[in-house]
Amino acid sequence: MTSAGGAAMNAAMALPAAGARPTLRRRVSDLLYTRRGLLLLALLVPPLLWFGVVYVGSLLVLLANAFWGLDDFTGQVVREFTLKNFAALAEGANVDVALRTVAMATAVTLASIVLAFPLAYHMARHARGAAKAALYVAVMLPLWSSYLVRLYAWKLLLAKEGAVSWLAAQLHMTWALEALLGIPGLGGQSLSFSTLGTFIVFVYLWLPFMVLPIQAAIERIPGSLIEASSDLGAGPATTLRRVILPLALPGIAAGSIFTFSLTLGDYIVPQVIGDSTMYIGQVVYLQQGTAGNVPFAAAFSLVPILVIGVYLWLARRLGAFDAL
Amino acid sequence: MTYEVSGQPAVELQGVHCVFGAGAREVRAVDGVDLAIAPGEFFTLLGPSGSGKTTVLRMVGGFTLPTAGRILIGGEEVTHRPPYARPVNTVFQDYALFPHMSIADNVAYGLMVRGVAKAERRQRAAEMLALVQLQGAGERRPAQLSGGQRQRVALARALINRPQLLLLDEPLGALDLKLREQMQTELKALQRQLGITFVFVTHDQHEALSMSDRIGVFHAGRLAQVGTPQAIYDRPATRFVAQFVGAANLLDGDAARHFTGHASAMLRPERIRLGQADGARASGTVAEVQYFGAFTRVKVWAAGLAGVQLQADLPPGAVAIEPGTTTHLHWDAAAVHALAPAAA
Repeated sequence: MTSAGGAAMNAAMALPAAGARPTLRRRVSDLLYTRRGLLLLALLVPPLLWFGVVYVGSLLVLLANAFWGLDDFTGQVVREFTLKNFAALAEGANVDVALRTVAMATAVTLASIVLAFPLAYHMARHARGAAKAALYVAVMLPLWSSYLVRLYAWKLLLAKEGAVSWLAAQLHMTWALEALLGIPGLGGQSLSFSTLGTFIVFVYLWLPFMVLPIQAAIERIPGSLIEASSDLGAGPATTLRRVILPLALPGIAAGSIFTFSLTLGDYIVPQVIGDSTMYIGQVVYLQQGTAGNVPFAAAFSLVPILVIGVYLWLARRLGAFDAL
Repeated sequence: MTYEVSGQPAVELQGVHCVFGAGAREVRAVDGVDLAIAPGEFFTLLGPSGSGKTTVLRMVGGFTLPTAGRILIGGEEVTHRPPYARPVNTVFQDYALFPHMSIADNVAYGLMVRGVAKAERRQRAAEMLALVQLQGAGERRPAQLSGGQRQRVALARALINRPQLLLLDEPLGALDLKLREQMQTELKALQRQLGITFVFVTHDQHEALSMSDRIGVFHAGRLAQVGTPQAIYDRPATRFVAQFVGAANLLDGDAARHFTGHASAMLRPERIRLGQADGARASGTVAEVQYFGAFTRVKVWAAGLAGVQLQADLPPGAVAIEPGTTTHLHWDAAAVHALAPAAA
């Protein structure tokens, strides 16, 4: 027997002696192995506490707040049931704010789909190797820098003396920009003070959230399905409409939930870039801050939740999740 | 019935090449293929993976474009036409059923894109489903069917447009043995019934031999041999074909001259019998005995020729034999098939 073999043998014989009384570590691992539920519990309690107490709990408090009132004289919250906040929501100015916000969120979502789909399709089906990695980085890169930095960068780009105006002048297209800014409801004195500007910046900010889910959905479509469609006589447009779009729909739905809800809740973009018209987020921000009317702010912040709920229900009805 | 392609071939490939990649990573997937397939023929493209058989099928279907050469279907050049403009339909290896559509909608897809009215679509889809023995499955989804059923749906979907030519890309590869044998019989019967030209890709030699009118054997991007199953099996054109289709004793040099008088030859194991020392063509020591049920394979070290092993497949009921014993091998002169020498 070689010395190495002898040493191994000694070690093997020494083991049972040391293991006569199982170590604590061994006993814990045996316990977790025999009682699987225990391990699951240990792993799930922290996230459930976080999600249940901090997240759902505060949502419930929000809901409760919406049914409380404000004492008009003292400005104190009165913890008594009232529907006053919801009656105030139905007033003309507030309905306008809600409709404007939903319209903006819808427009941003539609524009994001139109811009994101070809890019996502190319990333999923055609780009390979380094080109694919570069496209991923290009889509993700904006998310690595601060939202505020990008927002103020756009403010400069869209300003009257900014890069967009300069480019329009160089191309002798100033007339087109001015015509665009002249459209009532969309335009303004410059892009950075117009609804159009708000829209452009929203689309820029949320586009990655649309590209990535669509790309993932298209990547899951087997290439043979597209070949089969073509083989059976369908031209590219028919294949897109009958095979690719229906199968990409869960990704489009997922992306649109991001773009739609992020736009619904945002209160900084319209404040920095846009005319002085209000969006839901701004109203909530002002009511709970300057005005100190937390119950009304709570009631108003239920609107986006409700809208998203209706949106999801509609998407389901239209079969957006059938291909999941 | 012979298929000497006279008159208009159903499919014709003229000097077709297909090269993927470039420079150091260049792959010559198809390297000069000329082939004519007759109308109504069941033609099999047989070869190991990477031999170019699937690429040829994909070029006929229009999914891959040839680098050089011409492809004609029914006498009409289609070399650069997209798949939707070719009178060809395909059964894909993974079936490629649309998961978001019912079985009936899958089958009727080819009619739908051609603008056939809904009532007629339904009726013809039901007929096609009946043809593949899937009556009443129309409302189900692909995910609810078994592999064999999906295979039938793919077939019905490909046939509903009444193509001149049906391409089948290893359609039976994913099925288990029993189902595969059943589908082989059904496919062959369906082909006879419809009279459509079938071009079938497989790497399974049994499948190729049992189903085909003719077989084209692929090797390294070229056609090594085109012929009837009998011709391919009994008179292989190259060593590769001899080895790839069925089992073979390949003899070269001294062994070939000693046993057959040729420079290089092939002898099928089932043509060898055991017998008396008298008149034996070879003698030797049994190296190994393998039992396969339908036959018993005996490997024998040939006496006087170092390192030459002969393999004999014996029918059931042959003499019991043990490794290490001496045995004598007999065969008819006609069983020997001369091959081009190995160097060529």
